[in-house]
Amino acid sequence: MLIHSIFFYFFSVIAIFSSLMVITSRNTVNSVFFLILDFISVGCLFIMVGAEFLGMIILIVYVGAVAVLFLFVVMMLNVAEQKQSWFIGKKSTHIPTGLIVSVLILLELLVVVGGWKYKDNVMSSSTLEFSNISNTHQLGLVMYTDYILYFQMAGIILLLSMIGAILLTFRQRKGVKKQSYFNQISRNPSSSIELKEVETNKGVKIDD
Amino acid sequence: MFEYIQILGQEVYKILFVLVPILVSVAMIVWLDRRVWGLVQKRKGPNVVGPFGLLQTLADALKYIFKEIIIPASANKAVFVLAPIVTMTLALVAWAVIPMSEEFVLADINVGVLYLFAVSSLGVYGIIMGGWASNSKYPFLGAIRSAAQMVSYEVSIGIIIINVLLCVGSLNLKEIVLAQKDLWYVIPLFPMFVIFFISALAETNRPPFDLPEAEAELVAGYQTEYSGMMYAMFWLGEYANILLMCAMGSILFLGGWLPIIDIYPINLIPAPIWMITKILFLFFLFALIKAIVPRYRYDQLMRLGWKIFLPFSLFYLVLTASFLFYFDKLPKGNF
Repeated sequence: MLIHSIFFYFFSVIAIFSSLMVITSRNTVNSVFFLILDFISVGCLFIMVGAEFLGMIILIVYVGAVAVLFLFVVMMLNVAEQKQSWFIGKKSTHIPTGLIVSVLILLELLVVVGGWKYKDNVMSSSTLEFSNISNTHQLGLVMYTDYILYFQMAGIILLLSMIGAILLTFRQRKGVKKQSYFNQISRNPSSSIELKEVETNKGVKIDD
Repeated sequence: MFEYIQILGQEVYKILFVLVPILVSVAMIVWLDRRVWGLVQKRKGPNVVGPFGLLQTLADALKYIFKEIIIPASANKAVFVLAPIVTMTLALVAWAVIPMSEEFVLADINVGVLYLFAVSSLGVYGIIMGGWASNSKYPFLGAIRSAAQMVSYEVSIGIIIINVLLCVGSLNLKEIVLAQKDLWYVIPLFPMFVIFFISALAETNRPPFDLPEAEAELVAGYQTEYSGMMYAMFWLGEYANILLMCAMGSILFLGGWLPIIDIYPINLIPAPIWMITKILFLFFLFALIKAIVPRYRYDQLMRLGWKIFLPFSLFYLVLTASFLFYFDKLPKGNF
């Protein structure tokens, strides 16, 4: 148990420290790196409480895909310029917005945890029996029976937002030269090479 | 407390027992790669240092160790040094869950496949960090390319893994192998095996998908600014990753440590040897493909990943699921 708590505090300290570093570090790329560290240590905490499926999914989805895209975008930004306007600028408009969002999140957390505490049967499920089946199986059993509606709704919302994002950024540009793979691959010497007798002092017209 | 230290000692011993053979086999595999490459091109390949040139990689490593490590003045030093360490660590850490036989596995965890998938998807960070921290154009372009490439091919690898999991009903690597006792999944899921193999090539930045280090366009991609031991670590990590992908392929499709046919003289061969043979076979294919296939263009690569592999593996997933459902062969699980 001692080793267990040592590891717990180790990962939680890293998680808290790195989440603080995310908002305080000056270089935006560094703060994304700290965000990744935060995700990883939260994943480790999940694994420590025995939710190995959730821990691995956090690693795969957040660290392996989402944070890569974050890093992508942040690396493309001009970091020096960002420093000027975001951190040293006189009139900071970010603090009020940030405060509102964090108060809202705090309220939501209070509502969720409060409901958890005062209503016992929130946690109970008609199909789940806590036995020693693996938690991947447990998750599947709950998700596809009790919560199938919410699960499918979440899927549809994600699909809609994906379509929306594609629609917003998609524009048909004119005059873009594109290559047809089929034509490229099906070219052969007889259709693309031609021998011409060139008369002296007359030349030959190419490309007609 | 003393008990913990004893357990720790045992674990360290076990870990060394896995790590040292892997590092040695990485060295050997580099030799094999160059040798196959040479033989395909009617050259001899490395054949001078040691018997058949087997010690060539050790000589190379020695050379790298004694070279000076140069850190560019404008580089982000911490990230620059961290990048090869991340690559190498992630490549080695994944071997913890690979079962070499039914008993011989370091960590027999419930979510083995997810662990492998997670670690291989983290591998992209070594490359991005190296490319960004170098603060130079070619490494950065290489890193961006490689990140996009690895993220796109991970998607199809994930769906291929789901295909296998549907047939097994467990995320445990051991159970995946044991489920193939009667029939290796390479036979019913052959198209998935082919796509997995090609995606593994792209995931490990091997030719014909070695665009992150395409020397004709990007000098050496994300490795341009690295020298000495740091370059060697990138290199070792890359080959350890390739071996890992081969191991993953042999576990998911070629029946891991199981013998080809379970009859008397053949099943006397110990299980780890079967596993190693299968890994080597897949690696031989990797090496052959490096020698015989020209490099893809970047848009072709993206098209292959998103427009061909992803829809096809999704389609095959639906096919597998419907087949298993119709013939009532879905794994019932042990709960």
